[in-house]
Amino acid sequence: MTDGSPAGTGMAGDAAVGDATTISTAPATDLAIETYGLTKRFRSQVAVDGVDLAVPRGAVFGFLGPNGSGKTTTIRLLLGLVAASAGGARVLGADMPRHVDSVLPRVGALVEGPAFSPYLSGVANLRRFDAADRHAPHRTRSARVDEALDRVGLSHAGRKKVHAYSLGMKQRLGIANALLMRRELLVLDEPTNGLDPQGTREVRALIRSLADDGTTVFVSSHLLAEVEQVCSHVGVMSAGRLVAQGTLEEFRAAGEARVLVQTPDAAAARHVLARFGLDVDGDGGGAVVAAHFASTDVAPEAIVAALVADGVRVRGFEVERASLEQRFVELTGEGFDVVQ
Amino acid sequence: MSSDVTSAGRVDGEAGAPAGRVDGEAGVSRPASTARARVIGGTLSLFASELLTLFRRRRTWALLGALALIPILIAVAIRIAGDAPSGRGPAFLGQITENGLFVGITAMVVATPLFLPLTIGVVAGDTIAGEASHGTLRYLLIAPAGRIRLLAVKYAATAVFCAAATLTVVVVGTLIGWALFPVGPVTLLSGATVSVGEGLVRFLAIAAYVTVSMLGMSAIGLFLSTLTTVPVGAMAATAILAVVAQIMGALPQLEWLHPWLFTEYWLGFADLLRQPPVWDSFADNALLQAGYLVVFGALAVSRMVTKDVLS
Ligand SMILES: Nc1ncnc2c1ncn2[C@@H]1O[C@H](COP(=O)(O)OP(=O)(O)OP(=O)(O)O)[C@@H](O)[C@H]1O
Ligand SMILES: [Mg+2]
Repeated sequence: MTDGSPAGTGMAGDAAVGDATTISTAPATDLAIETYGLTKRFRSQVAVDGVDLAVPRGAVFGFLGPNGSGKTTTIRLLLGLVAASAGGARVLGADMPRHVDSVLPRVGALVEGPAFSPYLSGVANLRRFDAADRHAPHRTRSARVDEALDRVGLSHAGRKKVHAYSLGMKQRLGIANALLMRRELLVLDEPTNGLDPQGTREVRALIRSLADDGTTVFVSSHLLAEVEQVCSHVGVMSAGRLVAQGTLEEFRAAGEARVLVQTPDAAAARHVLARFGLDVDGDGGGAVVAAHFASTDVAPEAIVAALVADGVRVRGFEVERASLEQRFVELTGEGFDVVQ
Repeated sequence: MSSDVTSAGRVDGEAGAPAGRVDGEAGVSRPASTARARVIGGTLSLFASELLTLFRRRRTWALLGALALIPILIAVAIRIAGDAPSGRGPAFLGQITENGLFVGITAMVVATPLFLPLTIGVVAGDTIAGEASHGTLRYLLIAPAGRIRLLAVKYAATAVFCAAATLTVVVVGTLIGWALFPVGPVTLLSGATVSVGEGLVRFLAIAAYVTVSMLGMSAIGLFLSTLTTVPVGAMAATAILAVVAQIMGALPQLEWLHPWLFTEYWLGFADLLRQPPVWDSFADNALLQAGYLVVFGALAVSRMVTKDVLS
């Protein structure tokens, strides 16, 4: 950081751009987001209920949950837009909302969809939000706006008024706004909402490349396949409570896994699997024998070896991990109705 | 290393958080002057951006255009229909056929009670509620604009609009008067005559007077705007208050209340057309408007820093 910026301009040259990582108010902590007992009540309703999030720095954290489970409200709490009814949050090592002024310049966010002044062009909207951040240098504003638009594929539509944007174009512009400066943390609330397949892929690639640069990404989504592809960590909300969080691996491992053996010798195979202590599914009489694969200390290759040794003609062998979707439904219930 | 980000935030002293607590974090401060310079520079940059946004909006120009129509209508009507029977119509109407410069002043007399507060109410009521209704308030706040800083910038931009509005009336009035009527030295209320140049300066002083008159109402509009996400509500409430205050000002039964009404000195600008000009009402008016600014500014700030932004 230079101290040599001319007094009076206030636009300290290289402020917070190149060296975002050095501006940490944090007493060393490896959590980008940490909440303790975070609670938000709206009149009688508890929208967020005692949430203890722990998002490690550098993680891509998928924040899941059914409609109305409190994801957006949690994000609003993290960004200091609403005050917590109880509990608290630390973002990039500093208490929120107490330190909004020092924390938020290092955070890019998309909250509950994009929002812009419809009578301004895309470029003018971005310049406006950028001007609101006093750590964003005026000198580089145009270049940064152009770069952000380019990153979301809007460079040809930047001069268009936002009221003439399509849903996906607005969404892209919202993401561009989050990318105006180099950020330490990106909070993206349903970033792929309304995007075309190319846009979705692009956002996925963007998240990956940002994460590779060391940016922590906190992304809420309903698209579990997406989450499965990009996230390193997952947290699941249900009716205001955080019902699970951890690495994607832990998360999957906690769910059901099954062994599927394709063989004409079903009875023999069943026998072998039972010997390993696996809970074999009832006799379907088919060519596939399935067993619950709960215990992790049985190596799949040992099972295959035993099957072959017993003369079972193995035509196919598969360990099927629970999909994120199954796990999600296990945690949040089958019910379609919004809970609260 | 502690950041300049932190130190800037501290010097700022801005209660940018719902909790409204003062940031007491210790940090290695950069020279305070640098930090302060950045705060000021950043605020000017936001102010410039706010003005650009306001004056890029078609609605703003429509409002100013509507105000410009007032002197144009007056001038054209008099030009076509001739002089009004003396003693009828708004003050100064009779002078127009003799001196076109009076169109601006006549238009100001006509605009001040209703049209001006209406247009300014639109801008003041829209300040925060308009952003909330578009959802842009949340993006401004997470930029982070700072809640108090945003409020201050919004108010300043409204004040600029007040000046633009009154200047529109006076300048358009003077120009159209110049075009349609003879122009000459200005006869003041006291009967004295001043040169065209001095007359124009007095008209500018009147524009300044009316601008100041509108600052208290703008603060009321700003406060109302923090209460809602429906801008039309805040706009209408502001304009209604202006009308109600003037009605109360006209009721002799409420005489004790009159000195406290923000509309009390609205039409007092005629004092600037005396020789020598009488500045008492200007000073009284400025003091009263400052009082309204302090009270409603404080209300707006306290609402703004505790507000949950859910839009
Ligand atoms: N302004 C508000 N006033 C009252 N209740 C609210 C408000 N905003 C949200 N809620 C309630 O808080 C709960 C959580 O809402 P939230 O928007 O956080 O859900 P979400 O997980 O983001 O849902 P979605 O997946 O649909 O985006 C909901 O039950 C909602 O009704
Ligand atoms: Mg949501």
